[in-house]
Amino acid sequence: MDFQVVVLAGGNSKNLTPLISKDVPKPLLPVANRPVLYYVLHQLRQSNLKDLIVVVEGEDAALHVGGWISKTFVDGLHVEIAAVPEDIGTAGALRAISHHLTAKDILVVSGDLVSDVPPGAVAATHRRHDAAVTAMLCSVPVSGSLESGSSGGKDKTRKPGRYNIIGLDPCKQFLLHIATGSEIEKDSRLQKHILHAVGQMEIRSDLMDAHMYAFKRSVLQEVLDQKDTFQSLKQDIVPYLVRSQLKSEALLNGISQAEENGNEKLSSPNNQVLVSKILANASTPSFHEPYSMEPDGSAQTRKTHKCCAYIASSSSYCVRLNSIQAFMDINRDVTGEADHLLSDNIIGPSPKLGTKTTVGPHCMLGEGSEMGDKCQVKRSVIGRHCRIGSHVKIVNSVVMNHVTIGDGCIIQGSVVCSNVQLQERVVLKDCLVGAGFVVTMGNEYKGESLARKEK
Amino acid sequence: MDPRRSARTVSDPKVRQVGFFTPAAPPERSCSDPPRQQDLIQPQSPSSTQVNDHFRSGDSLSPVMIPPPPHHHSDTLHRTALQVTSPKTAFSYSARTVTIPTENDDVPSSLSPSRKVVAVKSPSSYPGVRASSVPASELTTVSVVNLPPGISEKAGGGASVEVQNDRPVRSKSLKEKTSKAERRAMQEAQRAAKAAAKAEGTKASSAATKVVTSANTKPSKAAKPSSQKNDGSQFAASEKKVGDRAPEKDRKKDAPHPRMQYDDTSRVEKAKKRAVVKQTEVRNRVELFRHLPQYEHGTQLPDLETKFFELDPMHPAVYKVGLQYLSGDIRGGNARCIAMFQAFKEAIKDYSTPPEKTLIRDLTARISSYVSFLIECRPLSVSMGNAIKFLKNQIAKLPLALSESEAKATLVSDIDRFINEKIIVAEKVIVKHAVTKIRDGDVLLTYGASSAVEMILLHAHELGKQFRVVVVDSRPKLEGQLLLRRLVRKGLSCTYTHVNAVSCIMQEVTRVFLGASSVLSNGTVYSRVGTACVAMVAHAFRVPVLVCCEAYKFHERVQLDSICFNELGNPDAISKVHGREDINYLDGFVNRENLQLLNLVYDATPSDYVSMIITDYGMIPPTSVPVIVREYRREHLWS
Repeated sequence: MDFQVVVLAGGNSKNLTPLISKDVPKPLLPVANRPVLYYVLHQLRQSNLKDLIVVVEGEDAALHVGGWISKTFVDGLHVEIAAVPEDIGTAGALRAISHHLTAKDILVVSGDLVSDVPPGAVAATHRRHDAAVTAMLCSVPVSGSLESGSSGGKDKTRKPGRYNIIGLDPCKQFLLHIATGSEIEKDSRLQKHILHAVGQMEIRSDLMDAHMYAFKRSVLQEVLDQKDTFQSLKQDIVPYLVRSQLKSEALLNGISQAEENGNEKLSSPNNQVLVSKILANASTPSFHEPYSMEPDGSAQTRKTHKCCAYIASSSSYCVRLNSIQAFMDINRDVTGEADHLLSDNIIGPSPKLGTKTTVGPHCMLGEGSEMGDKCQVKRSVIGRHCRIGSHVKIVNSVVMNHVTIGDGCIIQGSVVCSNVQLQERVVLKDCLVGAGFVVTMGNEYKGESLARKEK
Repeated sequence: MDPRRSARTVSDPKVRQVGFFTPAAPPERSCSDPPRQQDLIQPQSPSSTQVNDHFRSGDSLSPVMIPPPPHHHSDTLHRTALQVTSPKTAFSYSARTVTIPTENDDVPSSLSPSRKVVAVKSPSSYPGVRASSVPASELTTVSVVNLPPGISEKAGGGASVEVQNDRPVRSKSLKEKTSKAERRAMQEAQRAAKAAAKAEGTKASSAATKVVTSANTKPSKAAKPSSQKNDGSQFAASEKKVGDRAPEKDRKKDAPHPRMQYDDTSRVEKAKKRAVVKQTEVRNRVELFRHLPQYEHGTQLPDLETKFFELDPMHPAVYKVGLQYLSGDIRGGNARCIAMFQAFKEAIKDYSTPPEKTLIRDLTARISSYVSFLIECRPLSVSMGNAIKFLKNQIAKLPLALSESEAKATLVSDIDRFINEKIIVAEKVIVKHAVTKIRDGDVLLTYGASSAVEMILLHAHELGKQFRVVVVDSRPKLEGQLLLRRLVRKGLSCTYTHVNAVSCIMQEVTRVFLGASSVLSNGTVYSRVGTACVAMVAHAFRVPVLVCCEAYKFHERVQLDSICFNELGNPDAISKVHGREDINYLDGFVNRENLQLLNLVYDATPSDYVSMIITDYGMIPPTSVPVIVREYRREHLWS
């Protein structure tokens, strides 16, 4: 279908410390015992998209990610890994691989997207409107635990998610305004001429930019080349394209028009005008056309391009893993309500449970984990090869691989990374424990972030 | 309704005037011009069994509904060998894994991370990269789909490691290992046999064509027989088209096509199985129109969108046009036809003949599969049917000796020629003719938005004629507003009204100009619903009705009412008013058993109401349509 897929997997993220480390870059952060990148790649594979470019920040991270992909998708995907320097932003990452982009349209997906929205739908919307950029919007996920009976501290973390302000036309097909993240604190500026052309704009704050975009390649490369300062797709490039959609620089359309002219060279120019006129008259005019016409309706004076939006239906699942809270939410949802995202079983083949140990619903136990007697696990994810002693209580938590938990520990609302050792009678509440940390016997922590000091 | 329905079984065609006749004007002509061609008379017994007759006699490719091709099955088998340029399909991939020989087993180990990931970061090695601060990064292949040998890698960078083994070509894909010469010989033999059979009588060859058509119309069945047989029948088909043909016989087979009857449950089930577009049928359908497809609107588009990357054999341009048909972004006979042809042009340009196939056969099958996809998106218009027939004829007529690039260039120029001659130039000629009928002081009425009528009005305005335009429109599409907008912008003086008021406005009108989706050989004008009503009112007021229609939209079919062939639109469109949330009287009633919504798209205007048809061959009375059909066909389609 002449689409190329770029997965921006990222590398390190300050939002997610101490969960990620040198050994575990962000794409490999396990969500329900699978690296978060798996969800994106799996989704793409299901959509029959098998030629991917995965962009990873940092060489070490690329090495890890590449190793994991070659192990996991050994025969199902054709993946190319590109390592880019850190801190060049999403736009910089695309700039770095821009010379590899050859297809007509480019689908850019963030590697931390956990979603069941088919990428084909975005691509089809993009094609149907012949848009310069199509962004996928989804409803803002409810952050925080739904059943927050366990702790009062939850309410603190359940602050409203960062709003995006998104303007749509009345048909909800075109993107008229987009302001994200940090821009919102400042005053937001609407483009008067866009508002004038459309007549009506719907401003929504309940939609989130899911960071899945379809770009026309020529437009994307043009913008990347011209605007050297643009750092981020979401905050620079997409808003720029949306802003300039009614007066885009000539070159944006010049290319596509040249292509059209190439197609039509056999018919005389006069007839070609007629053909395009018949086609244009037959379709419902969007607000772009009247604007690009002179008042007498004859000549196209201004170049326009279309910015479309694909709004995922409210029943679909779509969350980005960009904060600790999102990490907890996704872990909970993937084992619970959105379990269709995982294709295989939830409880691994060989967990060893002691007597009188109960594992509640919405739980996941990795293979090779052992649990002692009289343990309780509720709404938690436990990784592979964990050793858990007896009388341990784990609620609303994520325990990654190779964790040793001593007898009598209580873990609530916490994340315990790989290779952590919890000695006996440790109590953790809303804590984050970095990889390889050792919590000594009998300690109690509440709402702290524990990580091994880097040597 | 009851008296009318009983009347339909009566063989007197005069009683079949469903609603469009003023009592003062008894029809004399509804059957007065017998169709010239022999075949048309035969299935045209004016009883309601007409449709079934079509089924039986329909043993030819129809201009309107071309069945999906029988090539699907064999295609997957050939996939291993053919040059894949688009993303690889799931099924072909799985088919491939079966045959991977053992030397492939070291793929995972060779992809171990320590050896594999080579992050090259030398900006100098990529002089093409602009002067951005970011060094160009190199791609590293870490996971490789096992591709068939010979695949051209698009994005493979310098350091990307391709793991491709030479593996034995599957024996299965070589089921027809015949060389070109051998196939040629086979074809010659068949041709000889056929000539002999023809000498004996027509029976044998008609049996042969039976095979062809059964393969064409029922691909689910045709996929089952061995491919050798399938190929054989296709040989016969292509040969029949290329080689010497008996015109009489072919014409006979060109009977109206058996359209799918959607009240035939078993057939609908079969069609659904091979459908690409998910089609959920609406529950409450109007009794009289149950044989027409009516789907739940709103479910098709999202479903088709999600399958975007899965429909591998579909060309992106064709897919895009299909989406636009489905969503209503493109409408109107000419525009749909042009859009389709432009998509086909793209598809032909990107086409490359798979090995061991001939372009003529494979491309015809490919086009057929595109067409069946487009049909699923929206039923074809007559204009598109004729255009497709033209294209297929052109493909069939290609000399075998032509190289692939030459053949493609020929086809592309043929398509361009068709668009030029049949649509663009034809419209210009129509405009030239029609403008002579506009005099100063005229009040012209038009209905809906016809591209030909629009050009006539604009041209007359440019010539400085003084006239006024009445644009009559109707819900739910309100296409007239678009026309009105363009006319007013050009400075024409216009009146805009809805079809409800047509009887009042008709008093001052001096001429009615109408567009048409198709003109049938009994003079019936098949057009946007409401046209018949306008024409009838004009007739009653003795206002001449001029129908503007390009000759490529003419069809030899005969249709007496707008029931047996029609298209159903979205019923929601008439139960809701767009932009008026407060008009919600039907909310909650839509799914009631005893409420049936009918949103017809076309209607048939009897020839009695049409004073003249303006076409690119001149201005003709409706009775002369068969002549045009005959001459036009002979000149352009059968030659």
